Amino acid sequence: MLPLAFLGLFFAWPVLAIVSLGLREGGVASVLVDGDTWELVGFTLGQALASTVVAVVAGMPLAFVLARCRIRGLGVIRAAVMVPFVLPTVVVGLAFRTFWPDGGVLPIVLANAFFNVAVVARTVGGLWAHTDRRAEDAARALGASRPRAFLSVVLPALAPAIGSAAAVVFLFCATSFGVVLVLGGSRYRTLETEIYLRTVELFDLSGAAALSLLQFLAVLAVLVLGALARRRRETALALRDREELARRPSGGEWYVVFAAFAVVAALLTPVVGLVTRSLSTRDGWSLAGYVALNTRGDRGTLAVTGIDAAVNSLRTAFDATLVALVVGVFSAVVLVGLRRSGSRVSEVLDTALMLPLGVSAVTVGFGYLITMDALPGDFRTSPMLVPLAQALVVTPLIVRMVLPVLRAVDERLRQAAATLGASPLRVWREVDLPLAGRSLVAAAGFGYVVALGEFGATSFLARPDAPTLPVVIARLMSRPGELNSQMAYAACALLMVVTVGCVLLIERLRVPSSGEF
Amino acid sequence: MTHDSFVVKPEVLEEFQKSSGITVKQIASGDAGELTNKLVLTKANPIGDVAFGVDSTFASRALSEGVFAEYASPEASKGAARYKADDTNRLQAVDVGDVCLNIDPAKLGGVEPKSYDDLADPKFKDKLVVENPATSSPGLAFLLGTIAKYGENGWQEYWTKLKANGVKVVSGWEEAYNQEFSATKGDRPIVVSYASSPSAEGGKTKAVLDTCYRQVEYAGVLSGAKNSEDAKKVLDFLLGEKFQAQVAEQMYVYPSREGVALPESWAKDAPLPPNPQTLPADKVKDNREAWVEQWRKLVQG
Repeated sequence: MLPLAFLGLFFAWPVLAIVSLGLREGGVASVLVDGDTWELVGFTLGQALASTVVAVVAGMPLAFVLARCRIRGLGVIRAAVMVPFVLPTVVVGLAFRTFWPDGGVLPIVLANAFFNVAVVARTVGGLWAHTDRRAEDAARALGASRPRAFLSVVLPALAPAIGSAAAVVFLFCATSFGVVLVLGGSRYRTLETEIYLRTVELFDLSGAAALSLLQFLAVLAVLVLGALARRRRETALALRDREELARRPSGGEWYVVFAAFAVVAALLTPVVGLVTRSLSTRDGWSLAGYVALNTRGDRGTLAVTGIDAAVNSLRTAFDATLVALVVGVFSAVVLVGLRRSGSRVSEVLDTALMLPLGVSAVTVGFGYLITMDALPGDFRTSPMLVPLAQALVVTPLIVRMVLPVLRAVDERLRQAAATLGASPLRVWREVDLPLAGRSLVAAAGFGYVVALGEFGATSFLARPDAPTLPVVIARLMSRPGELNSQMAYAACALLMVVTVGCVLLIERLRVPSSGEF
Repeated sequence: MTHDSFVVKPEVLEEFQKSSGITVKQIASGDAGELTNKLVLTKANPIGDVAFGVDSTFASRALSEGVFAEYASPEASKGAARYKADDTNRLQAVDVGDVCLNIDPAKLGGVEPKSYDDLADPKFKDKLVVENPATSSPGLAFLLGTIAKYGENGWQEYWTKLKANGVKVVSGWEEAYNQEFSATKGDRPIVVSYASSPSAEGGKTKAVLDTCYRQVEYAGVLSGAKNSEDAKKVLDFLLGEKFQAQVAEQMYVYPSREGVALPESWAKDAPLPPNPQTLPADKVKDNREAWVEQWRKLVQG
């Protein structure tokens, strides 16, 4: 009930309130019969699909390397992959514009993929690191080629994780806002950008409500398709510990490793561009931007210093992750339980939990305005609203990362434990937790980083005296003066350093894994 | 409640809080459009008591929705009344900010545009970058300026010429100014920005004062305010001398009050444009969507 209450209070209620306000105004039908609207739907889904394909293709070699290879510098790769995820879209959009000055569909797709490769690498890598290698080795011993063994043994085992990751990436891309705005060259529009314009600039709530409904239906359709695809695939896998599965790559595997390094290099190109820009001024190299991080910007652009904003970011993301972990793990456990008892409710709940990723941040934000004053103490201006809104985005990710691993736990192990007299809680602690522990830590780390980088809802809700780093960066970018833009890029660099630091720290918190099962 | 760009010197605010005994809590709410719409949505139970940042583009929406209560501030007669939105005293002008072309004289090499007409001249082919009026508030202001200048039936022809002359359209000010403008990183020496922007560039850029469109930013007491007496005092403070003296430096806008000195760098690099274009607020409200749509078909179709 806890996940549903959270979702209902901070998501369903505000969204329904604002959409129904729009619907009451009428005029929805005229939007729905407009040809432009359907073009929007087509472009939104098309670019999201293309971005998802690119992200999955680019993410798979990384997942392989992270899960299966014993090579030097793995921790660095793991951290580097996460960096794109936290970068503000406006900054990345500008970085892509240096390569494609006129924007267009290709840079939109690539930029969306850039942000989301980490989702694939992490989610798929998480499961891959624990799938038994022996079936694959057996197939090879029986004469299957490497590609054949991959396609008929490994890929089916990974399918649930790939499906999960693809669904998340698709939702992120379908609702991507900054990228489309900056790289759309003002020609390409999506449902998300149009909902924003209609809500915020034109105050056309009925039009926005119509588009929100379409967005909702489109997202729901994709989620249901994804759930159907997953349904047939999930089986118990013999989960193992990564340490005994990782090997030095051999033979053809090196090609995959090289591909992974190529992806990392591609991911780092815009990042290097940003760092260069943070150091170069019209008059040569300078650290002025970094020095300015300890100030409120050129002539007090900000209400707090860059460093204060960084500290606030860390604190807010911690609260958000905590809430999301509680709700997310609880949900995952409930979902697995329901699934084991053969209930269809699990699929409905599963889909519902994903919806916050597919609904426009501005819809949720405006919804808060007209609903949250009913909560005690006028919640609309509460500083708690920021971490809660971030948790809304993080929770589905945690569910998606933990669920495939929990589901893959062999039921016979649990039955054996129960037969030997263990209580359900003890079964969970002794069997599920050790097996899923690493995924849980990885999910928490990933969620933390997502919360650090969250911009849409945060910029809508953050108070000026307590902004997060992405909000500060956007603000600095919107002011003239070289020092402000310098400081914005330095703040991006700081955000990246903080991210890498967090990922490396979380990597160290390894949950002791159990031995052979 | 304010828009995101509201900044006040901490000591000035501190002094006001001490002398009046009023605690001021600021809640920033996006740009002028977002702020206005939030005010309309919450008018039955407003988040704050005073709102600052509704601008001339959105003023008529706020007024027709009854967001603001009447209050004839004694400070309004000292200059603010020059920019009033209507005769009801519900909104008081706090500052004015003009959207003008900014140029990079070094890159233009002595040949500088002086007027709207010049932009259509082949001399300035592929030199101009503007923001999309559908997604950017300076972009919209520039479009409104051309409508004020060439009339409701003449601006389309002007923009057709601009298009033929290679105007580049981007979606926001950040890209236009930080990425395309030659004074920062790009290669276009003419950009739509603010009259005040040159004050931040140390004399490297200039505003073209005959291509400006005036935007006025208003403040008012909310009609559902819970502390309306204190709200009135805060409004007086916003129009008062001490606050007005620091708006230029803090928010890159010009004070509405008369006789307030501008900072030195402004007098030199960013004087207030003498004869900016304007359009009546209700006309903007009624036609804005249609104009932007026409513009979209014309320039991007």
